[in-house]
Amino acid sequence: MTDARTLIADLASAIAGGGIEIVDLTNLLSPDFPVIVLPSEFGQCEPFRMETVSRYDGNGPAWYWNNISMNEHTGTHFDAPAHWITGKDVPNGTVDAVSPQDFFAPAVVVDISAEAAADEDFIVTRPFLEAWEQANGPIPPRHWVLLRSDWSKRVGTLSYLNLRDDGAHSPGPDADAMRFLVHERDCVGLGVETVGTDAGQASHFDEPLPAHSILHGNGRFGLQCLTGLDRLPTFGAMIVAMPLKIKGGSGSPLRVAAMIPA
Amino acid sequence: MSRAQAPYTGVAVCAPITVPYKRFSAEPAHWWAGRALRLLRQTAGLRPTDIDGFCFSSFSCGPDTAVGMTQHLGLTPRWLDHIPTGGASGVMALRRAARAVQCGDAELVVCLAADTNQIDSFRHSLAGFSRFSQDAVYPYGFGGPNATFALITDAYMREYGVTREDFGKLCVAQRANAGSNPLALQRKPLTLDAYMAARPIADPVHLFDCVMPCAGAEAFIVTTPERAEALGLKMAQILATIERHNAFPEDPVQLRGGWAMDIEGFWQTARITPAEVDTLQVYDDYPVIVAMQIEDLGFCNKGKVGEFIRANEFTIDRDLPLNTNGGQLSAGQAGAAGGFQNVTEGLRQILHMPLGDQVPAASIAAISGFGLVNYDRGVCTAAALLEALP
Amino acid sequence: MTAARERRDPLARKKLRHVPSGLRSRAMHALSARAAQGRFALQACTECGTATHPPRNACPLCWGELAWTDQPSGAKVLCETTIRVSTDLYFREHMPWRMGKVLLDAGPVALVHLHAALHPDDRADVRMMIDRGGNAALFAVPAGDTDLMSDPQWREFIVPIEGRIVLVSDARNAVGRAMVKELHAKGAELVVAGLPGPALASDATDAVLTLDGVQAIALDVTDATSVAEAASRIGGPLDIVVNTARHVRAGGVSANPGFVEQRRAFEVSAMGLSRLASTFAPMLAGRPNGAFVDVLSSAALVGDAAQAGFAAAEAARHSLLQSLRHEMRGAGVRVMSVFTGPVDDADHQAVPPPKVAPARIAASVAEALLNGREQTCVGDVAQDTMERWLTDPALLAREKNL
Repeated sequence: MTDARTLIADLASAIAGGGIEIVDLTNLLSPDFPVIVLPSEFGQCEPFRMETVSRYDGNGPAWYWNNISMNEHTGTHFDAPAHWITGKDVPNGTVDAVSPQDFFAPAVVVDISAEAAADEDFIVTRPFLEAWEQANGPIPPRHWVLLRSDWSKRVGTLSYLNLRDDGAHSPGPDADAMRFLVHERDCVGLGVETVGTDAGQASHFDEPLPAHSILHGNGRFGLQCLTGLDRLPTFGAMIVAMPLKIKGGSGSPLRVAAMIPA
Repeated sequence: MSRAQAPYTGVAVCAPITVPYKRFSAEPAHWWAGRALRLLRQTAGLRPTDIDGFCFSSFSCGPDTAVGMTQHLGLTPRWLDHIPTGGASGVMALRRAARAVQCGDAELVVCLAADTNQIDSFRHSLAGFSRFSQDAVYPYGFGGPNATFALITDAYMREYGVTREDFGKLCVAQRANAGSNPLALQRKPLTLDAYMAARPIADPVHLFDCVMPCAGAEAFIVTTPERAEALGLKMAQILATIERHNAFPEDPVQLRGGWAMDIEGFWQTARITPAEVDTLQVYDDYPVIVAMQIEDLGFCNKGKVGEFIRANEFTIDRDLPLNTNGGQLSAGQAGAAGGFQNVTEGLRQILHMPLGDQVPAASIAAISGFGLVNYDRGVCTAAALLEALP
Repeated sequence: MTAARERRDPLARKKLRHVPSGLRSRAMHALSARAAQGRFALQACTECGTATHPPRNACPLCWGELAWTDQPSGAKVLCETTIRVSTDLYFREHMPWRMGKVLLDAGPVALVHLHAALHPDDRADVRMMIDRGGNAALFAVPAGDTDLMSDPQWREFIVPIEGRIVLVSDARNAVGRAMVKELHAKGAELVVAGLPGPALASDATDAVLTLDGVQAIALDVTDATSVAEAASRIGGPLDIVVNTARHVRAGGVSANPGFVEQRRAFEVSAMGLSRLASTFAPMLAGRPNGAFVDVLSSAALVGDAAQAGFAAAEAARHSLLQSLRHEMRGAGVRVMSVFTGPVDDADHQAVPPPKVAPARIAASVAEALLNGREQTCVGDVAQDTMERWLTDPALLAREKNL
């Protein structure tokens, strides 16, 4: 136990003293932050809303506070297995039941920014990942796999959701890539900068929406709307991602941070 | 056939009182009423206990009425009336008080009208004046009485060929009459040129067609000849009176007033003709109403008033001395007291106690009132003939 | 001809706006209620048939009961005046003011606002208008076709579009889009087209949104921040707000309630109206002819079992609109309701005709503005619903929810 205690003390001093840098991977939670858009016959994701209850005024002379409302999948957010029909029977699949151990996990960052810049509909395939491993080394087990697309740099512009007449256009994985990451690399989950773990056009894939379907069907998680992935090393980042303990919740907005060597 | 009007036997009218007008006054109507009674005490030696009848008129005494006034002024009358008819209130007070005295319901009735005029009170009293006014008059430009009488004047001029010059002649004559009245608010001589050149207020009504609202009070006493004599007061008798409200509702525009309905009986009862009248005191909020009364009271035929005005002079020493104190157009319009001015001035002239110049050898006065624009016309009309008693 | 938009000296003190006095009898308010519907109605005696004006509580000829009855609007001018002096703050700003008296074909005489071209003995058409204080007022205009807009008095009773700056709250839906086109065609100086998210790349090339004199801005009435930001982007004067935002979804109360959609309907229809009003009302109040026009469903009157949440939200909107009308009265800002039945748009694909074309709604909004009409019903469904609601609201509520 002494070892663990030393470890925590060391960690604390490293965070305080600068040995470890904390990188905020969270986008600003604001009313105008885009949310995923579905065809209008489906229910829609509520964006973030904030209304002032009082601000040192007649409704509260000495205090300031707001009522807020949003969807569980608004802003930088966490997808629990129960979010998808494939994960509806996964044990501990709702956000309140997720093991707190899973809030802390290392990450491997797969940089697809060049490919995504060249092709907005860039698809991460198994061969792409295998080639990536050839170049960078294998993806270790029980890691978050974070796709760095630089999409977060588009926040505030039309090209973030990138909606056109034929739907959204943004990068994401195909089914084989997901099976590879889940079954052969045992990932904790997939983290992306885009508004969903799936590609913009993924509903038209032969196996539609594979990231949601395969991740959640196997008890894995999703992190969306991340930012700052370009500041993380390929290996060696520790992710802290703690969703709100919403009873029976399918996901949650959250603050995501990474510990990296300073 | 209606029953003939009974003569006003055993009734004396006396003690005309005018509290000098002020353009604006910080004092309320109650103060002005008190001033009038004080003048009655000073001139007739009256005490509160002498007054057993009280008849009151005011627009600005709210929330009080004649009731509040009795306590305010220390009166204990056995007969009380409150007359809300503005320009017709003087004659109406006279005829009500006269019957009360004649029948013994009261022995000495003080008829009193008092109104104050504070800055902006005219606008406020207009705003809540009548339901029809608030619903269907003021929303159309909020011109007040000026606009209402502008419409009547416009129609009257078209119908009867009366000109601005004709109205001007009446206004100029009244101003000349005001010249000798030290209490008139406007005594500066008025020329016809100045009248014609005045700025328009609500076409065809121009500045000198309009009265100046002010504060003031008027009063007179109605009692028995015996009591008047005991008090040492000069007195007059009532030859005839008429009164009518909402006459000719079918007329689209008011080109005639209620006098026209009753005028025949009026002169018959008095047993005189218009030619025998020494002075005419008519309500003069606007000259068109003066002209209308000259016609409707029988001084000329209907539609001929233009010719009549052109053929006669209306100053104190001429053909038909009209509004000899200057009328409201020159003396000022003190609210409901404006409706008493015709009675007090007519009385003064025939009792030979004028404020200014005396109409030579005057003994008969015709007095006419016109009051209350409820909607598009004056609703209340009344007239009286007074003759001095030796 | 229309007066160009007011340009203001930036250093000049803001001009306070006044409205005519609002004190009226209850009977007069009843006349105003009918004028708001565009009716020329007077009281007529149920016993002797005589029409009367101003409003009374008994027939002046036989003391019979009076009932509101539509009447012919023709008249003959009897006399006229031009008022040049008034103690009223509103009319002082608008001197000289022409008014007159007319003999109505219906029988009574009436004092009226008088069009510049009318004089005694002329034939006139009397329009039952709503004045800037929100009350009924008769305005006599020349019979036949006349250019009314050139009369500055007339312009006090209507809301000019030409040269004005207008916001359409939701130009994304079919009605809003038609509204932008219509207002642009009617000569608005600038039509600000509010676009709820998400922004689309195609917006930049959209044929309507890129018209000269149309400015697209992000505006989501469910978000107070978005509304505030839209206001700051409009920045300068704003004359008219046309609220076209709505959220139409099927759903019941106990059966298939769709709470998310129901809530959203309230967020858009009811709360959205409040957000727009609280942000834009002060801007409208500073303008000489400010107006807030709301396009709402006639389902607001009695509910609609098939779209229970939507109808309820529209009912809330209707209620808020009436409160807003009260609040805006003192500022002389007109609050206009344009009721419509099912619209021929994507939201009503499953609804059989009759449906109202979005362009027709847009044209009706323009007409309501240009005629100063407080309440308009567009299309058969809305007109029928309103008529039945006015006649027998309890029966209509049953019929619509059988």
